[in-house]
Amino acid sequence: MRKALRLSRFNIASLALGLAFLYLPILILVIYSFNASRLVTVWGGWSLRWYHEFFNDRAMIDAAWMSLRVAVSSATIATLLGTLAAVALSRGERFRGRTLFSGMLYAPLVMPEVITGLSLLLLFVALNAERGFWTVTIAHTTLTMCFVAVVVQSRLGSLDRSLEEAAMDLGCDPVRAFLSVTLPLIAPAIIAGWMLAFTLSLDDLVIASFTTGPGSATLPIRIYSEVRLGVKPEINAICTLVIALIAVVIVIASLASKLSSSQGESAAPL
Amino acid sequence: MTDELHRTDAAADAVGRDPHPSAGQPLLRIEGVAKAFGTFRAVDGVSLDIKSGEFFALLGPSGCGKTTLLRMLAGFEAPAEGRILLGGKDIAHALPHQRPVNMMFQNYALFPHLSVRDNIAFGLKRAGLARDDIARRVAEMVALVKLDGLEQRKPDQLSGGQRQRVALARALARRPQLLLLDEPLAALDKKLRESTQAELMELQRRLGTTFIIVTHDQEEAMTMASRIGVMKSGKLAQVASPRELYEAPRSRWIAEFVGDVNVFEGEFKLRDGHRLVIATREAGTLVTAEPREPVGGTKLAVAIRPEKVKLARRAPVSETGREAAINSLDGVIADICYLGGSTTYKVKLDAGGTVQASVVNSARLDVDAYSVNQNVVAWFTPDDCVVLQS
Repeated sequence: MRKALRLSRFNIASLALGLAFLYLPILILVIYSFNASRLVTVWGGWSLRWYHEFFNDRAMIDAAWMSLRVAVSSATIATLLGTLAAVALSRGERFRGRTLFSGMLYAPLVMPEVITGLSLLLLFVALNAERGFWTVTIAHTTLTMCFVAVVVQSRLGSLDRSLEEAAMDLGCDPVRAFLSVTLPLIAPAIIAGWMLAFTLSLDDLVIASFTTGPGSATLPIRIYSEVRLGVKPEINAICTLVIALIAVVIVIASLASKLSSSQGESAAPL
Repeated sequence: MTDELHRTDAAADAVGRDPHPSAGQPLLRIEGVAKAFGTFRAVDGVSLDIKSGEFFALLGPSGCGKTTLLRMLAGFEAPAEGRILLGGKDIAHALPHQRPVNMMFQNYALFPHLSVRDNIAFGLKRAGLARDDIARRVAEMVALVKLDGLEQRKPDQLSGGQRQRVALARALARRPQLLLLDEPLAALDKKLRESTQAELMELQRRLGTTFIIVTHDQEEAMTMASRIGVMKSGKLAQVASPRELYEAPRSRWIAEFVGDVNVFEGEFKLRDGHRLVIATREAGTLVTAEPREPVGGTKLAVAIRPEKVKLARRAPVSETGREAAINSLDGVIADICYLGGSTTYKVKLDAGGTVQASVVNSARLDVDAYSVNQNVVAWFTPDDCVVLQS
C-alpha cells in the first residue's frame, strides 16, 4: 500500500516557484509564437502568421534542414562508435591503460565546448578541409559519442555476464552470442543514446559555429544571427517547433529506457 | 597432508565403495589441471576420472577452486597446465560452443527477452535442427521438467523454482554428454530444495547423463552424488563415496568440513593387535581400531561423530558391556540442544574436554532425556573412532 504523498504548503510553494523559474520563459515564448502582432512584446491576438512566415523563409528552412541532417548523421555515427567503445571497455579483456582510456573517452563530457570547437577548427584548417556539413557532423560526433558510451556502458554493466556465457554454452561463438543476446538487451540503451546525441547536436551553437563554413549555417547559428539584429516573432515560432521536436524525442528516449528497465535490469540513466 | 595415513582398500570396503565399478574408459579425465589468477593458484594440479552416468559432486568451501574447475570444463576458463579429456579427446582449449558439454548457471542466466519456449529452443536452433525437431524436443523438455502451460511466459513471470526448471531444460535440450551444474539449488528455499534434489536425482537416473554438480553444501552433495570430490585450496583433498567420506575422512579438515565431529588430539601410546591406544589430553586414554602403523610422528587425532557417542547414566557392569564401552568417559551434561528429530548433548568431561553426543528422540515422551548438570557416561566403541594425523 502506497501512502499518498502529502505536501506541505512550503513544498507546494517551492515546487511552483521552481517550475515557474524553469518553464515560464519557455511558456511565454510558446504563447508569443502565436502572437498576431509584429512587435515581440505586445500581444495582438492569436495567429499562425509567424509559422507561415517561417515556412516561407528559404534561409531558415535551409538552416533547419541542415540541422536535421547533421543531427541524424552525427547521432548515428556517434551511436555506432559510442556503442563499440562501451562494449570494448566493459566486455574486452583488461588491457594496460584501460582506466586512462575510459577517462579520455569521457573527457568531452566536461570539456568546455569552446575548447572542443576551437581545437576542431584548428584541425580542419590544418587538414585544409572544406568546412560545411561534414565538418559539423564530425565535430558533433566527437561531442555526442561519449554521451552514448556512458548510457550504453551503464546498461552493459548491469547486464549479467553469464547471459553471454550461457549463449556460448548453447552453441554460439562470441560474435553470435553478442548479436543474439547482448544486443537485444542493450538495444533500449542504444536507442536512448541515439536520441540524446540527436538532441545535443540539434541545439548546439558553440561547436557548430566554430566548425561550419559559409552557406551551411545550422538552425541555432541562423537564429542567433537573426536575434542579434532584433527578435522577430518568427524566431518564437521556430523555437516552439524545435521545443516540440525535442520534447517528442525525449519522451521516446525515456520510454525506451523504461522498457529497458522493465526487462529486469536497472535502467540506463537519462 | 595426511597422505601417509591412507585408508587401505580393506578399510574403504568396510564403509562402502563407489557404487559404479569401473567399466573401461572414463568419460571425463582431468589430468594435472592448474589455473592461477595472478599469484593466486585457484586450481592447483587436479587429476580426476569421471565415468559415464555418474552423479559427481565437487564440494568445498567458497574460494576452494571448485567453480573455476567447473568453468574450465565448460570452456569459460582455459587451464594453464594439464589436459581435459572428454571421451579421449583433449578439450582443454576448445571454445564453449565446440564442446558436447552444457552448463546450468548458478543464477540460471535465462535470457530475459525470450520466452520459456525460446530459451529452451535457443541451443537447438544453434545446433541447426529442423523446425519440427526443435518443436518436438522443446515439448519433450517442457514435459520432462513439468513446465506445461508456461511456454509463453517470460523469465520474470516465473517463480524461482520454475526458473530453475527452465534453466535445467535449456541445458539438457542439446543432450550433452556432460551436464555441469553450478550451485543449482542455492537460490531455492529449504523445502523446495529438498524436493528438487530428489527430482534431479530421478532425472539423472532416467536420462543417464553424467552430472557434475558444484556445491558448498555438504548435505546436498551427500544426498545427491554417487561420488564426491572434496576440494581445498585448489587441490582435491579426497574423492570418495558419501559414506566413505563421512565415515573414513582422510584428514581432520575433511572430518570437520563434512558434518559435525568430536576431535581429540593426543599421542600414540601402544599397539595391541588391531588396536591403537592413544593418550589424549582432553579425553584421557582412548582405544581405537586402527590396523595401520602411524607414520611421521606420534601426534595423532581421534575423531568420533556425535551420533556414535552414546550416553548412559552409569557405566555398564556386564563383561560384554564393558568391552563395548571400553572408551567410556565420565562427565556432566553442560548444554542441551533440542533439534526435533534428535537432541545434541554437550558433555563436559572430567578429563577436561567436551564431547558432543547426538541422541535420536525415538520416543515422543522424553522419559530418557537427560538434564543439565546430570552426571553421565559418554561411551563409544573402538570401531567408531577415526585416527587422523594431527
